[in-house]
Amino acid sequence: MRLKALAGTEAAPRIEEKLSGSVIESNEACMVVNKDSIAGIMQLLKESAEFDFDYINNITAVDNFDHFEVIYNVTSIAKKHTLCVKARIPGRDNPEIPSVTSIWKGADFQEREVYDLMGIRFIDHPNLKRIALWEGFEGHPLRKDFL
Amino acid sequence: MISLTDIATQAPVASWWLDSPVSSDWPCHNFWAHWAVFSAGIIIGVLLVVMAFIWFERRFIAPMQLRIGPNRCGPFGLLQPVADAIKVLMKEDIVPAVADKTVHFLAPILIFVPVLLMFAVIPFQNGVGLIPDLNVGLLFIVAVGSIETVAVFMAGYGSNNKYALVGAMRSVAMMVSYEMPMALAAIAVIIVSGTLSMQGIVMEQSVPFALLLPMSFIFYFTCALAELQRTPFDLLEAESEIIAGYHIEYSGMKFAMFYLGEYAGAIIQSAIIVTLFLSGWKGPILPPFVWFLIKLFAVFGMIVWFRATWPRVRIDQLMEFAWKYMLPLSLINLLIVAIETILWDPVQWWLVPVNIVITAVLLTGWAGMFKLRGGSEVGA
Amino acid sequence: MVMKTELVTLNMGPHHPSTHGVFRMRVTLDGEVVVEMEPMFGYLHRGLEKLAEGRTYTQIIPFTDRLDYVSSMAGNLAYCVAVEKLAQVEVPERAEYIRVIICELQRMVNHLIAVGFFINDLGALQTPLQYMWREREKVVDLFEMQSGQRFLYNYMRIGGVSHDLAPEFIPALKKFLDDFIGYYEEFEDLLKGNEIIQSRTIGTGVISAEQAIDYAMSGPCLRATGVNWDLRRDDSYSIYDRFDFDVIVGENGDNWDRYRVRMGEIMQSHRIIRQALEQLEELSPGSVNAELPQLLRPPVGEAYAAIEAPKGEMGFYLVSDGSIAPYRWHCRAPDFVNLCALRDMVVGGKIADLIVTFGSIDICLASVDR
Repeated sequence: MRLKALAGTEAAPRIEEKLSGSVIESNEACMVVNKDSIAGIMQLLKESAEFDFDYINNITAVDNFDHFEVIYNVTSIAKKHTLCVKARIPGRDNPEIPSVTSIWKGADFQEREVYDLMGIRFIDHPNLKRIALWEGFEGHPLRKDFL
Repeated sequence: MISLTDIATQAPVASWWLDSPVSSDWPCHNFWAHWAVFSAGIIIGVLLVVMAFIWFERRFIAPMQLRIGPNRCGPFGLLQPVADAIKVLMKEDIVPAVADKTVHFLAPILIFVPVLLMFAVIPFQNGVGLIPDLNVGLLFIVAVGSIETVAVFMAGYGSNNKYALVGAMRSVAMMVSYEMPMALAAIAVIIVSGTLSMQGIVMEQSVPFALLLPMSFIFYFTCALAELQRTPFDLLEAESEIIAGYHIEYSGMKFAMFYLGEYAGAIIQSAIIVTLFLSGWKGPILPPFVWFLIKLFAVFGMIVWFRATWPRVRIDQLMEFAWKYMLPLSLINLLIVAIETILWDPVQWWLVPVNIVITAVLLTGWAGMFKLRGGSEVGA
Repeated sequence: MVMKTELVTLNMGPHHPSTHGVFRMRVTLDGEVVVEMEPMFGYLHRGLEKLAEGRTYTQIIPFTDRLDYVSSMAGNLAYCVAVEKLAQVEVPERAEYIRVIICELQRMVNHLIAVGFFINDLGALQTPLQYMWREREKVVDLFEMQSGQRFLYNYMRIGGVSHDLAPEFIPALKKFLDDFIGYYEEFEDLLKGNEIIQSRTIGTGVISAEQAIDYAMSGPCLRATGVNWDLRRDDSYSIYDRFDFDVIVGENGDNWDRYRVRMGEIMQSHRIIRQALEQLEELSPGSVNAELPQLLRPPVGEAYAAIEAPKGEMGFYLVSDGSIAPYRWHCRAPDFVNLCALRDMVVGGKIADLIVTFGSIDICLASVDR
């Protein structure tokens, strides 16, 4: 059997009615949301009975020259569906986004890795330190303008 | 006892000479000559047998781990221990600057010398030994063996290293708690044989005490493993433990003394087990000294076999095992043996199956009551 | 009278005789009890994600070998599945069967090594490890027949595998499978009932099912807590829906359960390989690789695909901008995410159990650090 991949267009209206103004766009593959409301959206996704996304598969980030995107792949073990949520962070200087560590503890190391390699700060992260590179390393290697 | 007239009138045959008991002031009827010959013999013998044990252990563990073991240095790897010894001796002797110099220097000596002392009372053959018929032989062994505990603590303290000290304290706790069941198991042997002298104990064993007193044998063997800090009780030398043991700050000749002391300790414990439980040098056909060596290597082989097979116990499980499990059972064992000695002459063949059944019942019953708990309770 | 004690901070440094790679832990101890533990890694970070942005899709396949080098075929497979999802490539059936056989063989070997090192950490001086390594040697010989390498195989390709099965592969595989049952029973006889192993692993390193899901653990670590989740069954990739196998689930989430889950999974893999061999024999011979252009240009878009690697859920997130190299290449390593839970498993326990618990999660530092 395969997990049902929820389309962004399916999930977006239900998110919009609870937290209006948070979804920027949605398509078949994913749902792009406003970065400031990410914590509220994730809380909703985890706790509402229709979504019940209790398993955070993957947190990563992409550098799209004029904006950053933080990608969250979530799964529901009970309901057997998945969703891809992207948070868009406009601009390149000091990108910041609220952390979801308080919602899923598994986000801890993954967010530290994104901070280390991409330079995106996660607000309210309990231990935001570099994880793969050593303390005192300057720069964020995965950015497109590094080397 | 063969007298001089017998030697004069009958043709000396080699086995006849090897079988006959030797007087306690052979040769030259001078105790100091006797002492000199045997001391030199024991020291050389111990060093040679240590080398043999090191080789034997490595070659014996290897097939159990699907390997071959050392086979390059000399034929069958026989010169491997020599190579190890030369390597260790050529290393620089580093003493930590903040260590307590006297204690640090004395500790390796105190590890090795008591082991040599214990060899004084072991009978290698009928009456052959330094003073095998010392009438408090077993008491001497237990007393001198306890010095090792002090020496281990001196090694840990003298290094002035936090981790060495903690390792030494754990080690002392372990050795002290395992000395009690060991002594109690040996006392059962004394009750049955009626004498403390090692020579006397061997002479009394018309039935090997391993069969007659199985619980004593098992307990003495286990406690010997703990005293030697061998698997399953080798938590202090284990590479996977972070606290690397009391000899962490030693190198060169001093480390060689620790290493030597460990293997010499293995020899002496095996020798004691052979003397107390496996009827010493007695055996048919072959000369008695050869029997002693065969039994020595057999006991050491068992020790090595346990090392190859079992994992390690944790320190709290180890202490629990000694105090809650072995100590009460060895006291019960003592009680049973004492009752048997009073009622009947204890060294008899029909008591062997009786004792084996009692041992099996007690061990399985007690094990059911006190299963080694898994888990990591905080504060336990 | 209360005894005044002090907390000791201990550094189990990157050079360690028995950790599985360069891994550092800063442990705060109160006597024997672990009060706080902070893992620090990154000693093996090679910047694979940045390197991948400059290489074509096929050139990245050797990188995936070097992620989890103990089970490199699984790394290969995960990446190929992700690229095939991104580029909408259809894989020929014969290649799918070969992939399943290879991946399940890899799973057997990985679990054997994981259990071997786990018992080594318990102190059994490498004897069980040597026995299990002997079985790995046989499988590595099989892999050498296929890929020419004993270690980092570089065997799978996007759209299939690189070579068809060598003629001596299937007879050798059948012989290995037949002999293996006897050896597996020997391992079970010798190890399962050992009192020391049981008393040191039952009840230590416990994590509950809710915590495991919250930490996004996967693989045998998650199944040992009682969560019945296996990507081969729940989110089938390749042709796993054609095979009949059980998902082994534990109860308490302690070290013993992780050990038992791994041993159980070895036999399930054995079962899958047998079924795959039967079904492969009925298949007509065909190509083992979809004929793709040498410089693959997937359409613009992104994909996240995960497989059930031996250590857990190994996923790749790929973003393509239509050129020959990926715009973004990210590997979701199972042991990186599983390590997050290590702190909760060991705090409150004893220091001796820390090593054992760490060994039972079964990490490979190259995959953690990437």
